[in-house]
Amino acid sequence: MESTVLEKELEVKAQPYKVNKMMQNPIEKIESPILNIDKLSVSYGGDKYSINDVSAGIAKNKITAIMGPSGCGKSTLLRAINRMHELYPDTHNKGSVYLGEEDIYKMNPILLRRKIGMVFQRPNPFPTMSIYDNVIAGYLLNGIKLKRKEKDAIVEKSLREVGLWSEVKDALHNKGTFLSGGQQQRLCIARALAYTPEIILLDEPTSALDPIATAKIEDLLVKLKKDFTIVLVTHNMSQAARISDYSMFMYLGELVEYGKTKQMFTMPKDKRTEEYLTGKFG
Amino acid sequence: MNTSTQISKAKINRRLLKDKLFTYAIIFLAFLSSVPLFLILFELIKKGYRQINISFFYKVAPDTMEAMVAVKNNEIIPGGIANGIVGTLIIVGMASLIAIPLGIICGMYLAENSKGKFAGVVRFIVDMLQGVPSIVLGVIGYIWVVKPITGGFSGLAGSVALSIMMLPSIVRSTEETLKMIPDTLKEAALSLGVPYHKTMLRVILPSGISGILTGVILGISRIAGETAPLMLTALGSAAISTDITKPSSAIPLLVWEFYNDPNLVNMIWSASLFLLILILILNLSAKAIAKKWKVQY
Repeated sequence: MESTVLEKELEVKAQPYKVNKMMQNPIEKIESPILNIDKLSVSYGGDKYSINDVSAGIAKNKITAIMGPSGCGKSTLLRAINRMHELYPDTHNKGSVYLGEEDIYKMNPILLRRKIGMVFQRPNPFPTMSIYDNVIAGYLLNGIKLKRKEKDAIVEKSLREVGLWSEVKDALHNKGTFLSGGQQQRLCIARALAYTPEIILLDEPTSALDPIATAKIEDLLVKLKKDFTIVLVTHNMSQAARISDYSMFMYLGELVEYGKTKQMFTMPKDKRTEEYLTGKFG
Repeated sequence: MNTSTQISKAKINRRLLKDKLFTYAIIFLAFLSSVPLFLILFELIKKGYRQINISFFYKVAPDTMEAMVAVKNNEIIPGGIANGIVGTLIIVGMASLIAIPLGIICGMYLAENSKGKFAGVVRFIVDMLQGVPSIVLGVIGYIWVVKPITGGFSGLAGSVALSIMMLPSIVRSTEETLKMIPDTLKEAALSLGVPYHKTMLRVILPSGISGILTGVILGISRIAGETAPLMLTALGSAAISTDITKPSSAIPLLVWEFYNDPNLVNMIWSASLFLLILILILNLSAKAIAKKWKVQY
């Protein structure tokens, strides 16, 4: 029996994307990574996994961008790196993530989060605290006693690093929530830096900001990578192209392609990456 | 032109008139509902102002004989409500000490586990508690504290009964306030490695302080005027009593006592006026705190 045109079309669509055997592996191997994601799958409950079997190394002192259309699991992957996804009940995962030699899922999450800081989509300074206290909030809230001089030094250093010092040095004891959105976000980055983590995770840190504030934060991230390793989720492709050294492209919970940003943006290895980058979906 | 689709001028005018009448009726009814408070205040001030002087605040309730003589000579009754003021302060203070921590913790639990089954049961029970008649709480205070613990009427028993009464308002206001606080704030603290309990106590709770305090003050103002539970627990005392295991007076109890003594009837108005003003001040300060301490996220 002859199949109809529609059936033929469906058949074609149902076929998986053919990966050219001649092509290199779309997942680049990173030499001596600071963080090693090993066959990680994360589920928010049930058998449905939001990310599936993701393996990747994160290069030290580089900016790694995670891109992909909404719902592809990029935020889940980022949160799984410092176990913030566990805030939701019923999460479970397979595989693991190694920080150096240590399995982070066997670490105390409280200690882990001191080594891997996080900055969120919306600026979230602590509303009851002054700018000064916000910067050293990690120490204050964890009951770590510091001398006045040490505190002053940490506050000044962190605020200088994010370029906020000259803007707020006369208002350190005002509430952080009176700053502009971009300033608040830089304050949040300073708060993460002040705690001297090894890695900073940023979950779409500029999506709530205007272009000028965004540019400032991008410049800042590029500057910061000499001291920290940065992992950034963004659905802004040009942002990834501008500032990242490595890029991941995720689609439907799968890590489709991972490699040097320049390489990926000029010669993507996977057809889906190419289609995303050229705006065919997303 | 087809006349049937047109609305006549008279009809339009009738509609406009209806509109106007409706508006005025609403304004009038709204005004009407605020009248009683002013009438009460007016009545109390008119009848009670004469009794309110400095000795009103530091003298205990007058002796009925002295009062009789004073009334006969058309003088003001010598005496005050100091035993009631001290009693109310102690009883309400103790009730707050019991109810505030309990209520805030319970509200925090409900806000954090808003969908849990147990939380649902707790929320339901707290709502039911709101509807328990105050006299029943008095009986409970009598059975729980008067008989087994203090072996007689006591201020403590009154505090226990009143603490149950103020609990629902604290629980619900804490829950509602904490639910409004964005999750991103909790995430911010947790991502700094701050343990959960510290996140709740040092970040989330302070951010909701205005709403919680408002609930606490409204709870206090609700119990400050309660009489029925105190009749079965604190009973009343002619002298100033600071011992919580002994019977104690309270302002609403004094009003009741004045009512029962024909010679002291004039004192009702001043004691009621003082109680009413106290509660009005509490309510106003709750409003002021809600406005002033509001935390901007």
